[in-house]
Amino acid sequence: MEPGLYHLLFISAALFFIGVFGFFTRRNLITMLMSIELVLNSVNLNFIAFNKYLWPHRLDGLFFSMFVIAIAAAEAAVAIAIILNLYRSHQSIDVENAEAMKF
Amino acid sequence: MTGSTIIFYMLGALTLVSGVLAVTTRQIFRAAIFLLFSLIGIAGLFFWLQYDFIAAVQIVVYVGGITVLIIFSIFLTQQAGELLPKQKPVRQIFSALAAFCGFALTMLQLYQHSFKKTTDQALIPNVADIGNQMLSVGDNGFALPFEVVSILLLAAMIGCIVIALRSKPTVA
Repeated sequence: MEPGLYHLLFISAALFFIGVFGFFTRRNLITMLMSIELVLNSVNLNFIAFNKYLWPHRLDGLFFSMFVIAIAAAEAAVAIAIILNLYRSHQSIDVENAEAMKF
Repeated sequence: MTGSTIIFYMLGALTLVSGVLAVTTRQIFRAAIFLLFSLIGIAGLFFWLQYDFIAAVQIVVYVGGITVLIIFSIFLTQQAGELLPKQKPVRQIFSALAAFCGFALTMLQLYQHSFKKTTDQALIPNVADIGNQMLSVGDNGFALPFEVVSILLLAAMIGCIVIALRSKPTVA
């Protein structure tokens, strides 16, 4: 079968829910961050697929996914800074051990 | 079955299989490497769709930037060879159920919806067009979001430095 819009939407929906599954099951902050990256990537794929198949005369989806990539990079950097700080104070990056918001 | 179709299915399988392995493996370093392959699969799909620029951005930012950042933070925070703790089976079953139900609902909605395609002439995006539209202040220009994202990146950079700075022990 010739791949079209629905195939890409299937891949991106599957990837989104793989990320959601990882976010539910993982308890280590770095692996939770990886799940978030998968979710953001599936959103990018969705934007690009809609742009390619439904509005090929515009570039809006491309710009949206570029901004999503920029924000994901900023988010990953801040999250890793927080994780390193948490590791220094708790010697662990498990979410179950990080219950206090401030100490 | 043309070559392009086969490549599409291979890229899709690479993306999904390594995505599943990235969220289920118990070795955190392998999870990072599987995440890397999943991101490369997505970049391959962007190449397949002939959106070369965004594929290049994906490889540079995600594969070259974020994954390396994640691997370094793994080196800094994990003991070598240590497995992630096993999760409770009940939690795994219910998470899988929730994810699968969400997926089924989404796909059901998608296949019941018929998308309307535009009839306008398709545009092959080249880098010059993307750059002009990105910094144009007229209609369809993205100058304002571009500037906002620049400020956001600056704020994130300063925030990272402030958060990750080792605070000096206070003198009593």
